Amino acid sequence: MVGKIIKRTYMGLIFLFLYMPILVLIVFSFNESKSRGHWGGFTLKWYGELFRDPDITKALYYTFLVAFLSSLIATVIGTISAIGIHNMGLLGKKVILNVNYLPVLNPDIVTGVALMTLFISMNMRLGFTTMLISHVVFNIPYVILSVLPKLRQMNRHMAEAALDLGATPFYAMRKVIIPEIMPGVITGALMAFTLSVDDFVISFFNTGSGVTNLSIIIFSMARRGIKPSINALSTLMLITVVILLLIINKRSTKGDELIP
Amino acid sequence: MLRRNIIELRNLTKSYNDTVVVDAINLLIRENEFITLLGPSGCGKTTTLRMIGGFEDPNDGDIFFEGTRINNVPPYKRNINTVFQKYALFTHMNVYENIAFGLRIKKVPNDEMKKRVQRMLKLVDLEGFEKRHVDSLSGGQQQRVAIARALVNEPKVLLLDEPLGALDLKLRKEMQIELMDMQKNVGITFIYVTHDQEEALTMSDTVVVMNNGVIQQVGSPVDIYNEPENRFVADFIGESNILEGIMHEDFLVSFSGRKFRCVDKGFSKDEPVDVVIRPEDIDVTSPEDADLQGVVSSVVFKGVHYEMLVESGDFEYMIQSTDMQPVGAGIGLKFGPEDIHVMKRGSDNEK
Ligand SMILES: Nc1ncnc2c1ncn2[C@@H]1O[C@H](COP(=O)(O)OP(=O)(O)OP(=O)(O)O)[C@@H](O)[C@H]1O
Ligand SMILES: [Mg+2]
Repeated sequence: MVGKIIKRTYMGLIFLFLYMPILVLIVFSFNESKSRGHWGGFTLKWYGELFRDPDITKALYYTFLVAFLSSLIATVIGTISAIGIHNMGLLGKKVILNVNYLPVLNPDIVTGVALMTLFISMNMRLGFTTMLISHVVFNIPYVILSVLPKLRQMNRHMAEAALDLGATPFYAMRKVIIPEIMPGVITGALMAFTLSVDDFVISFFNTGSGVTNLSIIIFSMARRGIKPSINALSTLMLITVVILLLIINKRSTKGDELIP
Repeated sequence: MLRRNIIELRNLTKSYNDTVVVDAINLLIRENEFITLLGPSGCGKTTTLRMIGGFEDPNDGDIFFEGTRINNVPPYKRNINTVFQKYALFTHMNVYENIAFGLRIKKVPNDEMKKRVQRMLKLVDLEGFEKRHVDSLSGGQQQRVAIARALVNEPKVLLLDEPLGALDLKLRKEMQIELMDMQKNVGITFIYVTHDQEEALTMSDTVVVMNNGVIQQVGSPVDIYNEPENRFVADFIGESNILEGIMHEDFLVSFSGRKFRCVDKGFSKDEPVDVVIRPEDIDVTSPEDADLQGVVSSVVFKGVHYEMLVESGDFEYMIQSTDMQPVGAGIGLKFGPEDIHVMKRGSDNEK
């Protein structure tokens, strides 16, 4: 009985610790008063202000454009790669999978700096293109990781059955393999989109020429001093990411696949 | 009845990393034949079937289909369809779409396609299941969808790899009969793979017994059972008493220290041979009435009959009889010349 109470309290404290900052952020995004110390009444004006700020609307546009394009490209490349990896020999598969894990485990800052170094050494101007490429690069491994389990679940002879019934290899790919692994592909795409919206570190190092995304805007605004509109913007981003994660989670429990 | 050959395997060989899995087999398969590849696990049945289907390239030898060599023809251009061991149904499609898959590729017009799919559904007794998701079907129903999906294309040859393996005994018996009926009704060649000897004997026109990638015997179920060509076949098909003997001259063989009349001939004088006597061919008599005497050492009730082990000399005979004798009883073992099957020694390749 006492043990239970202690356990509950402990859990409550942990959650408080984890979610307090976010809660404060959300509450203050509705605060009439400019000061962060006290509550001045409810307002939505900071949200309205966001959409009047051209820098922010531009960043919003780039964020979603990059997220959309990079998740699309990464999904295509990642799916094809996953099919290739799935059909490799045992040794090759093992090697490639480990190589694939590396960018996932690699600290973002290392990936970001490495990509920046590469772009600069290739004399590429940092900007929209470099940011897009960098997002595609870090998204591909996640797509591969969400498509591979679907391929493994598939009956080994499914492709052969299609050929047996007269399908050319291309037709079998289009009408049987891709539809069979579609749930994994969509999950992969959603995850890539989320990660792209979410990313700060890699984008920070690989953009330029006035192209920014929301996280970079928040960062630079915060450096100039906290305005309540940052809270509003952060809240909106948070909500977007949480919704995407909820969708992904729902999908993965349905398809009982493992996503790191 | 003389029927045309539809498939011929010549010297067909397949090895994986230097282990020979199918070893230079030769086989003729006739039109409308129900032929079964039978053998223990790992003997190369699936591999043989996959080479015929085009999913595996032979290392050596040729496959002919209606007289044309098809070694290099991809699976989708062969007029052969397969029922895979684990069905391999398309799980993102419903029953109707699974069956219609091959017809869509052939661009069969919609109303004809509908008719043909309906006819198949009727044949496999799944009318009304069109819209059902394949995952929601029982094992037996999925299996029938897999058969319908292959049969609807009206192939000349249907390959079936242990299609009843996943079913329980009762359903299996039912499906055996259904499959035999279907084969008779649609009149196509079935090449069937199983390691269940009873299934092979029940269903086939011709049984091909394989071991270690080598064909041991090809024949009708009756021939295979009654006239096994070597020790392996005799041992693998049904229960057998296999004894070593000497063939003195045509129609005279000795074993267990006695000479017996038999119906076999064509051996060299005093050639060492293997002798097979089926347990159900031995009659139990009183000791005085028989050539061989023995003592019952164990009795097991098997439903239709009793299975007795009888020691006679240094050999233990298995006898299946409805006439039960208690353990320790002295009995006579009686069999006629036609119950004795003489086989060449050492012509098998047992490990
Ligand atoms: N792709 C492969 N690579 C290596 N060895 C293989 C491969 N496929 C089959 N083999 C081997 O070839 C042998 C014959 O296999 P096959 O599947 O033809 O046996 P089978 O007669 O169908 O047996 P079962 O009744 O168990 O299905 C086995 O020893 C198997 O391990
Ligand atoms: Mg097999």
